[in-house]
Amino acid sequence: MEAWLAILLIGAVLCAIMAIRSARLLAAAIWLAGVSALVSLVLYLLGAQIIAVIELSVGAGLVTVLFVFAINIAGEEAMDLRGLVPEPLAVVLVGVAAIMLGWMVLPALGVIPPLAESPFSELLWQDRGLDILVQIVLIFAGVIGVLGLIGEAPRAVPAHPPGEAELEAGSESLKEIEA
Amino acid sequence: MTDTALQIIVIGVLGLVGVGLYGLLAVRNLIKVIVALQIAVKGVLLGLVAAGMASGQPNLGESLAVTVIVADTIVAVVGLALAVQVRRHVGTLDIKALSSLQR
Repeated sequence: MEAWLAILLIGAVLCAIMAIRSARLLAAAIWLAGVSALVSLVLYLLGAQIIAVIELSVGAGLVTVLFVFAINIAGEEAMDLRGLVPEPLAVVLVGVAAIMLGWMVLPALGVIPPLAESPFSELLWQDRGLDILVQIVLIFAGVIGVLGLIGEAPRAVPAHPPGEAELEAGSESLKEIEA
Repeated sequence: MTDTALQIIVIGVLGLVGVGLYGLLAVRNLIKVIVALQIAVKGVLLGLVAAGMASGQPNLGESLAVTVIVADTIVAVVGLALAVQVRRHVGTLDIKALSSLQR
């Protein structure tokens, strides 16, 4: 199992690197779907089947569709600009952060046997009931976000309705064209 | 889950979060920033489930992971809607162009 975990995680990290490095936005979205699929496989191997299915359907399915939809609306933009932070500095910062996190976490690792806890459904719907309420609020926020995604741009409305003089001028020009 | 498997997962989590953090620092395209954020959250999600299993409370980790998935999806939706509107109004997805003080 450890070998499969290592292979899947290496694949996920490689897909993530490709998603960041790819020049086209559509390719980045597809690589991101690959990350989600590989992470859901890792979750399945760990024994969290419910989370794996949710991650696969939402992360690799719904989110990818949303990305493709948004890229189609916004359009591909060739942007080969330097980032806000110089690339070597970004690499050093990320490396330092990863080393510090690993230095703190890895020595303290240890698996303890499962404790007595409530079943998943009871834990989710009763013990973590507040989380469910927050999720409902978030879903409403997401609906508003989708409206912003698919909403049309507002049409240009004239600042004031045409006056009588403008209407007369328009009708005169129309007569001239007809003549 | 064995200790070796847990160490492999933690290293993978560090890799995913690191790549996501690098993307947040080094990318200027607004949609790519959302991609980088998604990658970092995938790592955190994996870490949550692994931490729940390592601490003997797998169901707690999984219930928290559900919340993270929902929040992550909503962040992606709102971020993409923001990117589309920025593209319509500003004409670019470059996050540096969003700062009106630099014009």
